[in-house]
Amino acid sequence: MKDSQRRIKVLLGKPGLDGHDQGAKVVARAMMDAGFEVIYTGLRQTPEQIARIALEEDVDVISLSSMAGSHIPFCRKLKPLLEAAGLSDKLWVIGGNLPAQDHSALRELGFKGIFPSGSKLDAITEFIRKEVK
Amino acid sequence: MKKVINESGIEVKPLYTAADVEASGGMEMVGDPGQYPFTRGIHREMYRKQPWTMRQYAGFGNPADTNQRFKYLIANGQTGLNVAFDLPTQIGLDSDDPLAEGEIGRVGMSIDTLRDFEIAFDGIDLKKITVSLTINGAAAILIAMYLAMAEKRGYDVKELRGTAQNDILKEFIGRGTWIFPVEPSIRLVGDTIEYCAKEAPKYTPVSVCGYHIRESGATPAQEIAYAFCIAKAYADDAIKRGLSVDEFAGRLSYNFNIFGNIFEQVCKFRAGRGLWAKIMKEEYGAEKPGSMWLRMIAAGGGGGLTFEQPEVNIVRGAYYALISALSGTQTMALCSYDEAYTIPTEYSARLSLRTMQLLVEEMGLTETVDPLAGSFYVETMTNEMRKKMEDIMAEVDAQGGIVKMVAEGSIQAKVSAQAYGMQRKIESGEFPKVGVNCYKNEQEEDHPVEFHPYNEDDARVQIDSLNRIRAERDNATVDAALTRLRTDAAAGRNVMPALVEAVKAYASVGEMTNELVSVYGRYQEPIRF
Repeated sequence: MKDSQRRIKVLLGKPGLDGHDQGAKVVARAMMDAGFEVIYTGLRQTPEQIARIALEEDVDVISLSSMAGSHIPFCRKLKPLLEAAGLSDKLWVIGGNLPAQDHSALRELGFKGIFPSGSKLDAITEFIRKEVK
Repeated sequence: MKKVINESGIEVKPLYTAADVEASGGMEMVGDPGQYPFTRGIHREMYRKQPWTMRQYAGFGNPADTNQRFKYLIANGQTGLNVAFDLPTQIGLDSDDPLAEGEIGRVGMSIDTLRDFEIAFDGIDLKKITVSLTINGAAAILIAMYLAMAEKRGYDVKELRGTAQNDILKEFIGRGTWIFPVEPSIRLVGDTIEYCAKEAPKYTPVSVCGYHIRESGATPAQEIAYAFCIAKAYADDAIKRGLSVDEFAGRLSYNFNIFGNIFEQVCKFRAGRGLWAKIMKEEYGAEKPGSMWLRMIAAGGGGGLTFEQPEVNIVRGAYYALISALSGTQTMALCSYDEAYTIPTEYSARLSLRTMQLLVEEMGLTETVDPLAGSFYVETMTNEMRKKMEDIMAEVDAQGGIVKMVAEGSIQAKVSAQAYGMQRKIESGEFPKVGVNCYKNEQEEDHPVEFHPYNEDDARVQIDSLNRIRAERDNATVDAALTRLRTDAAAGRNVMPALVEAVKAYASVGEMTNELVSVYGRYQEPIRF
């Protein structure tokens, strides 16, 4: 069991060029209500920026919100950067418009939590609470 | 009996009578269609004269791919075009920019230079089919490109009709395709309004969008009220430049959303029409009726569609189309049933088109103007919605105005807090959504929709084409045009003439954007919760 005193720290990033951030902001609020500390990056983050912020902020969770279909090419670039930064042991989570046929590829790219449109907010926060040791 | 409050925060009674209409302000703002205050419609005969324009949002891949889709939609009875651009184009990046990788042609068509517009609109009669460009951050550039393309094809720009979305303030609230900081962004919108008023007087340079603010979490009343605050900010800029209100107001238009409670939406539009006319006449001193018209596209409805049981979205879409028709819209488009998954396939886009055509051909929606007028409920709710909108606009003014609220991020924070509240209400079942929190399927199908394919080769083809143009064009002319653009921007002159010159020299979207960034800088997004 994890130490209940320690707040889970989550990076919530908006990868790529898409500006649809309604979902990301809703999830950020749900995470805050769940007691997590949330670093929301704002729009248009590159893989390099996300890896850098994750490292600098020493987060437990790296989460992405992707709505415009570029999740696979983005995550392909992000994976080696997170590994090089020594962040392989952190929890990687992705949500948004993620077609079912892409889920196994995302899992292979290291994303343990996959939350497509329609996922419940509590399912996301409970998953994170359970997985962060 | 359980109390019912609509999304805008107005209580809905189980019964309305003439006394309710009286108590809410009477029939004073109703009037006749085509007459001030235009609550019943901006034209006397409305759809009897001409049904609404049908304008499905479309675009993907390379300009040639999109040209084919345009022709397919036109062949199926579509009467206008609404162009989707990919994200690199929308935020002013060339296809060979490293940041564009993986995004080229994905959510819209990719545009680098005038050559791409020539291909995209090849064989389409721009007099018969009006074109709406869904472009904001890079709008000034793409408007210049559209005018240049039309001129090259022999159209008289003075007679050319068409629309650009070009509503940057709402991009800061939702949708997010901003480029420059708030202040120069508004100035750029002003440049397009001023330029079009003189050079392309039938072109609509701005379509103010309540649509995306609603998608971001605003209520229907806020959707209209915030859009009006934004439109006033653009109008104020135009007036500061010495334009008279009647020189430009007739070419402003609106883009609103159609999901939600049928009566609340219809009353929203009727109320909005009366309120806008009143604002233009009383606050701005407009004299021409056209300056007081709330010309609009009432469309989309994406925020109401669901990921679960996507085929039910076909039915939702039909009701949304009904809302739009009952609201007296000028233009209609529908989000397709598969849009929670993918950009529409030919099949789903055609289905949306057929949904709208049904209303025209079979359902009698075009026969009589404003058929819900005179209903005790509709007139009372129209009065109450208008009052609500006025209150919201007064609140915005009291907090320093929409530009200040957008720049500091307070409106974004308010709207996103509401979106969170709504999501919680949906998840708890307090706000019913069929297939989501009630009448759920035991198990959702694994592959319920066909995906529009993304062609990985499109990017390479687009970059090759850009490189070819860079090699073929007269680069000295391009450099001179870009220098003029930078100089004009720095001097605070209207940049549209320089943009038109640069576009004609086949300067790229990225090159022109970079010149403007060198003068204006880039927007820094305020993160506020």
